[in-house]
Amino acid sequence: MGTTINYSIAGDKTQNLNVTQKLGLTLASISLFILLLTWLTGLTLTPNWLFLGILLFGFSAGPVLYAIGTYKGLPAGIKNNGVYFNSLTNRGALGWIGAIILTLFYVCLYWYGDWFGDGTGAKGANEGTVALFDPLSQILRGKPADKWFLYGTFYTIAIVFLGVKFMYKYRKNRYHFIRTVVVMFSQLVLAYMLPYILEGLNANSGGYYSLNPVNSWPLNSDFLTGSRIDARIAPENQPLGVGYMVWGIILFLVVTPFVTYLVGKRWYCSWFCGCGGLAETAGDSFRHLSDKSIKAWKIERWLVHSVMVFVMLMTVAVMYSYFAKSEFKLMMYFPAWVGYSLLFGLLGLAVLLFLFLYIKGKGKSRNFMLVAAVISMVMIVSMLLSYLGNNSQAFGVSSNTIKKGYGFFIGAIFSGIVGVGFYPLLGNRVWCRFGCPMAGYMGIIQRFKSRFRITTNGGQCISCGNCSTYCEQGIDVRAYAQKGQNIVRAACVGCGVCTSVCPRGVLKLENGPEEGRVNDNPIIIGHNGHPTLRM
Amino acid sequence: MEHVVIIGNGIAGVTAARHIRKKSDKRITIISSESKYFFSRTALMYVYMGHMRFEDIQPYENHFWKKNRIDLIEDYVDEVDFQSKTLKLLQTPPIHYDQLILATGSKSNKFGWKGQDYHGVQGLYSKKDLDLMEQNTRGIKEAVLIGGGLIGVEMAEMLLSRDINVTFLIREKTFWGNALPETDSNFVTQHLKRHHGLTLLFEEELDEIIPDDSKRVKEIKTKKGKIIPCQFVGLAAGVSPNVDFLKESELEIDKGILVNPDLSTNQKDVYAIGDCAQFKTPINDRAPLEQVWYTGRMMGETVAQTIVGNQMNYKPSHWFNSAKFFDLEYQTYGRVWSELKENESSFVWKHDKDEVSLNFVFDKNSKEFKGVNTFGLRLRHELFEKWLTEKASIQEVLQNLKTANFDPEFFKSFEKDVVDAFNHQFGESVKLAPKKWWRKLMLDKV
Repeated sequence: MGTTINYSIAGDKTQNLNVTQKLGLTLASISLFILLLTWLTGLTLTPNWLFLGILLFGFSAGPVLYAIGTYKGLPAGIKNNGVYFNSLTNRGALGWIGAIILTLFYVCLYWYGDWFGDGTGAKGANEGTVALFDPLSQILRGKPADKWFLYGTFYTIAIVFLGVKFMYKYRKNRYHFIRTVVVMFSQLVLAYMLPYILEGLNANSGGYYSLNPVNSWPLNSDFLTGSRIDARIAPENQPLGVGYMVWGIILFLVVTPFVTYLVGKRWYCSWFCGCGGLAETAGDSFRHLSDKSIKAWKIERWLVHSVMVFVMLMTVAVMYSYFAKSEFKLMMYFPAWVGYSLLFGLLGLAVLLFLFLYIKGKGKSRNFMLVAAVISMVMIVSMLLSYLGNNSQAFGVSSNTIKKGYGFFIGAIFSGIVGVGFYPLLGNRVWCRFGCPMAGYMGIIQRFKSRFRITTNGGQCISCGNCSTYCEQGIDVRAYAQKGQNIVRAACVGCGVCTSVCPRGVLKLENGPEEGRVNDNPIIIGHNGHPTLRM
Repeated sequence: MEHVVIIGNGIAGVTAARHIRKKSDKRITIISSESKYFFSRTALMYVYMGHMRFEDIQPYENHFWKKNRIDLIEDYVDEVDFQSKTLKLLQTPPIHYDQLILATGSKSNKFGWKGQDYHGVQGLYSKKDLDLMEQNTRGIKEAVLIGGGLIGVEMAEMLLSRDINVTFLIREKTFWGNALPETDSNFVTQHLKRHHGLTLLFEEELDEIIPDDSKRVKEIKTKKGKIIPCQFVGLAAGVSPNVDFLKESELEIDKGILVNPDLSTNQKDVYAIGDCAQFKTPINDRAPLEQVWYTGRMMGETVAQTIVGNQMNYKPSHWFNSAKFFDLEYQTYGRVWSELKENESSFVWKHDKDEVSLNFVFDKNSKEFKGVNTFGLRLRHELFEKWLTEKASIQEVLQNLKTANFDPEFFKSFEKDVVDAFNHQFGESVKLAPKKWWRKLMLDKV
């Protein structure tokens, strides 16, 4: 019994492409060819503006045309036919090839920038791929391109034009439309154009710091590094630098907790964040590849919170070392003891907060509060010993070493290679789910103190599994919906796709009073004999 | 330890098993010849269409069953000996039960059409049907579907996703006419017609299926004499209880297994739930046979209580259901009969461009709200359950429509137009209330 039938032989629609799809593929392929040619041979194409034009046109118009060809003429609705038959989206050969190329791209970007021709020419001029981007870089920021400019441009194009594809795919769905417009705007204007234009206006002449106003600590783990603080208060960078400093602090201290309380972490993760933006647009075709098992959920909780704790620890370490320097620039404003007091004070407050939550909390998760309190206390003691011993390292290790380790393992390998390179293998939200410290921070707020939840519509669930399958964060949405239970999970980024793919209209993202938000003993309505006492 | 055996691992059987486990330590065994693990039957179509893999439509991970001490046997029950309380299986040694729950589901109707057993002719109900359909439709170009109901429209969507042209023979004048009022039925038809490759033939019936030399369907003839070439015929003219293996036994069977209000049968310690159960006396306004996911689930919840010693009768609340016709979502709360009852009046509001339609039924005189069909707009089950229970008036329902809306955030709002149209048509002056938090409304008394 139980014959095994392979469902993926038939119905592969890629065999019958229409003209528009072919045109889109052609344009994208030409661009891919130019990219690979310049990347692998180091060839410098001239005139560079012409080839840049072709490259960017192909990468923008190609996917949009392909999407039009795919969805045109079809009524608005869910377009997941053949997702599991398609080699690209079902971890087939195309998926693997895609993942390998993307990964190699990231490897070169992080460690072998000269493969792209970044400053390899005479007198540091660009060659190869990066040279193509010089004209655009000149226009935006008045200087030649570098590999990061190339990356930023590709990244922005991916979000904007695959965002168009996403909006077309989900047309008539105004939640997706509005949130995608915001994501596109956030990336194109706030994360790409604004920083480069400000850079062109010499905003960074007194030292480098991130000019992207939506790049919040702790995702922007460098935010409180000494050199960045110094850059922000450097006289050459005023008044913008201090503005960014103040905004950055308000962003993580006030805006993030407050808005997350109001609407959940989605305001950041699927509306404003660049990582989330790429996942929602370029990564949309891979959302079903996330692992939904309970085991994966367990790994997620340990990993994401470990990274978060690590970033916080690292931030304390670099700030301690910064104050320990005899000539830190903030000294213009206040002496070192103020800084130390701030660090000790904040950690002390954290200990009190964690202990308070431990005493007040219910269930198993309160034990984590105790763990957090202990970690914070250990940090205080270690820092105190360093302080008394006149040691410039807070925890006995050089803060630079910690930072380098983070940059290599978390910044490059985790967020770049695994996070994006493995889209076609592990899904589009690996970084957001397992790694992002900002997601960890907001997740805790969303789980314990927020008005956001996904509501289940009474007894209408038929356990079909579309919601769980298309949850990019690997939440087993169905497990809640079929019990009539609200979904209140730290990981949910509020993309809203579960509600879209639900064939019975069961799920709704909602903000409302906290009362009754977590309903651990739900009753499925529509049945007067329903056993209300559940195990 | 008492041994509870459940035949069938669909939603009814599995729900019963889960709830028995919650309340007792009895030994539980589920027998199914269809698949080892429970899956969502209503989701089979998505596997064919490539939205999900088969494992994705299984609601519980495989380790769930062992953890909850629910034994699974993949075998076919050949015979039940109610005297000795023994099940004879095809491959496994006989099994003794202390309590038996029959949750054997349905099978597709075959009305004795000429040629109904040729290759390429099948229904769609089970996992095996899905596997067969995969083989039967590989590489073909044309298909014919018989029967204008929910399974038919699912099969149409499936076939179209594989670029197979579909001709849909519908016996009635309108689509799903025995369940939907004509206006709603036409609205669905209008949506179906937007899909290329789908041809709807109303008031047409199958006369004969004509095979080629290899006994595979080549074409069909309709009662009006039309010949339609096709390589696949989908039989979607409803389902009937899957009880053939019990027909020779002492178990009392009509169309389905006859049950009392507590789901017990005429045999001691034997219960029947889900699609295969037929109530001797119908409950409320319900049909004796209700082959719906939700009723299967509720019967499973009920029988589990009885088995663990908390004797309970089946008490479904107000009728609700939902479906999706290609891209058009449908929900219903309360009763919207295909023909209005004598004392009933209906209010229909439509937006053709946005494909939204609402059909409210209420009592002509008392204005009591009776039911709603909604297409392309989601409504909140809790509020309608409350309004039906408290016998709210149509005016009150419409007044609070904004709060009852379950569409995602930022979706276009139609409530004002709906209420205006109602006031205009019935000379009423209902004032649309602003949206409030729905749980607050739950506390209001009607």
